[in-house]
Amino acid sequence: MTTVAVLVETRSGEVTQPTFEALTLARSLGTPVAVWLGEAPEAPEVARLGLYGAAEVRVVAVGDEARLPAVAAAALGAATSDAEVMLMVSTFVNKEIATRLALATGAGVVVDAAGAELVDGRVETMQTVFAATWNVRTRIEADRAIVGIRPNTTQAIAGEAPGAATLVEVAADLRQARETVVVVEPVSAPEGVPLAEAPVVVSGGRGTGGDYTLVRELADVLGGAVGASRDATDEGWISHEHMVGQTGTTVTPALYVACGISGAVHHRGGMQASGTIVAVNIDPDAPIFEIADFGVVGDLGDVLPQAIARIRERRAG
Amino acid sequence: MRILVTVKFVPDLQSQRSFTEGAVTRTGDDGTMNELDENAVEAALQLKEAAGEGEVYALTVGGDDAVAAVRKALQLGVDHAIHVSDAAIAGSDVFGTAKVIAAAVRKVHDEAPLDLVVTGMAALDGLTSMLPTALAVELDWSQLTLASGLTVEDGAATIVRHLPDAHETVSAPLPAVVSVTDEANKPPYPNFKLIMAARSKPVTTWALADLGIDPAAVGAGAARTVVVDASPRPPRENRVTVTDTGDAGTQLADFLLEKGLA
Ligand SMILES: Cc1cc2nc3c(=O)[nH]c(=O)nc-3n(C[C@H](O)[C@H](O)[C@H](O)COP(=O)(O)OP(=O)(O)OC[C@H]3O[C@@H](n4cnc5c(N)ncnc54)[C@H](O)[C@@H]3O)c2cc1C
Ligand SMILES: Nc1ncnc2c1ncn2[C@@H]1O[C@H](COP(=O)(O)O)[C@@H](O)[C@H]1O
Repeated sequence: MTTVAVLVETRSGEVTQPTFEALTLARSLGTPVAVWLGEAPEAPEVARLGLYGAAEVRVVAVGDEARLPAVAAAALGAATSDAEVMLMVSTFVNKEIATRLALATGAGVVVDAAGAELVDGRVETMQTVFAATWNVRTRIEADRAIVGIRPNTTQAIAGEAPGAATLVEVAADLRQARETVVVVEPVSAPEGVPLAEAPVVVSGGRGTGGDYTLVRELADVLGGAVGASRDATDEGWISHEHMVGQTGTTVTPALYVACGISGAVHHRGGMQASGTIVAVNIDPDAPIFEIADFGVVGDLGDVLPQAIARIRERRAG
Repeated sequence: MRILVTVKFVPDLQSQRSFTEGAVTRTGDDGTMNELDENAVEAALQLKEAAGEGEVYALTVGGDDAVAAVRKALQLGVDHAIHVSDAAIAGSDVFGTAKVIAAAVRKVHDEAPLDLVVTGMAALDGLTSMLPTALAVELDWSQLTLASGLTVEDGAATIVRHLPDAHETVSAPLPAVVSVTDEANKPPYPNFKLIMAARSKPVTTWALADLGIDPAAVGAGAARTVVVDASPRPPRENRVTVTDTGDAGTQLADFLLEKGLA
């Protein structure tokens, strides 16, 4: 059986949902082992990784220096020398780690994949390119494959016969990196599910005029996260972490609601692969309508309160 | 301060694109310098200005039409332009491209040492963001990526890096490969004088032989990945647009409820 290593992502010590999605995908490719960089995990987290199919949880004890791609890649490499396939969540940082690991091992890499499968003993991946207007299938010809998976593209399902994962400590000889992390200033995480992982994203742009009350309220009602266009983050109306788009966060939720966003190509590139797209915009010619499953030509100040009230009413009734 | 900026020629994001046999085909002159590389050029020019002396090189790797990317960089004010072009490079993956760029960087560095290579954060065609890291490894230089702020002092570069969980300040000795985000600066509007001056500036062209690279080490043959299938995504079906005449919010809610999304 192919050994498939999965790099574990955590937030406040807890394993994130995209990690379980990657483990679910890993089960379809071979035998998953989870790799944990940092202080040893708590027992419940090890148990949860086991539930999703990890036979082992390999721990490499590293501290803040693992924020450096060179260190993280060396640690990951030490824990995965037997793995033909390596899955990780496709984030900016992981793309750097994947690149370094690939140069050390000769692996082929695909990032931003929406899925992967084994075809004649090689990994093939599916992804969208050109602002999500094309579907592409890529075959990794190298003996080793590293795949960066986009959140929300595989449904996380616990294993049918989950075993208990064994904790294995891996010693890594971490070479001194050239770079030094001088300051780490934590960003206070927004409430609720992070943008990239949210099943529903409600975004506001310049058309909000800076008032996010209605956008937040709709996001609340729909159980989603709040996104924004770059014009809105540039204005300082909402923090940069909320920006959706090619240079912000790429999202693929089941539902994306764009409020007062024109739909510039840079924005579309980061949300066009979403399941259902809804747009509310006063300009009937806004490009966002070209990709909206349900478009409302109207003022968000009228449309959103009515929609929120209706959803609440139907739920109550 | 001697800085080399990498600039990529990419298809215009607004234009039609297609794939044939795993490669992107474009029609006519619908390509430009990758927008995000304007931030890289601007970062380099600002550092040179702050230092009060220096040279900025722009380098692109790509087919004949890629020369447009370095010409654009000249118009933005860089001093020298280099275009690496060779039929054997076609189909390279990020590792092949990094090998070629690294060899060209070394060639410039050997003439007179460079302090920095500055790249964009991503090429907007593929958005892989892998090249800057691969280049740092190939060169065996410091890696300072995704900089939204950059300073150079006393033989070291320091960047501020905005990640979802934290803002990091990272420092490393020169020479370094730095990738800058679109937050790093605001590229200025085109300057007529610079555009005119760029017309008479030469572009140096190198082939693989000039860089001492074995053609078999790059190109489609050496690529670790191959595109086996590509197709345009089907347009969304059954799209509905309503114009608000007083009840569009209700209609929107009902649409979401019906689809099980609310
Ligand atoms: C290199 C580069 C990278 C970029 N990356 C990104 C990125 O990652 N993400 C991103 O979002 N942008 C990005 N941009 C910016 C992008 O090009 C657009 O400028 C930006 O997305 C526009 O934001 P907007 O839609 O909020 O504003 P606008 O384009 O000004 O649109 C506002 C919309 O609101 C509508 N409106 C106004 N009032 C109301 C109302 N009361 N009710 C309903 N609708 C209303 C208007 O009709 C209009 O369509 C990038 C740009 C560059 C150059
Ligand atoms: N063929 C190329 N020629 C010059 N620079 C490139 C090339 N490919 C990538 N780059 C640089 O690397 C950055 C990141 O590209 P990528 O890793 O492809 O997303 C770009 O912004 C460019 O600065």
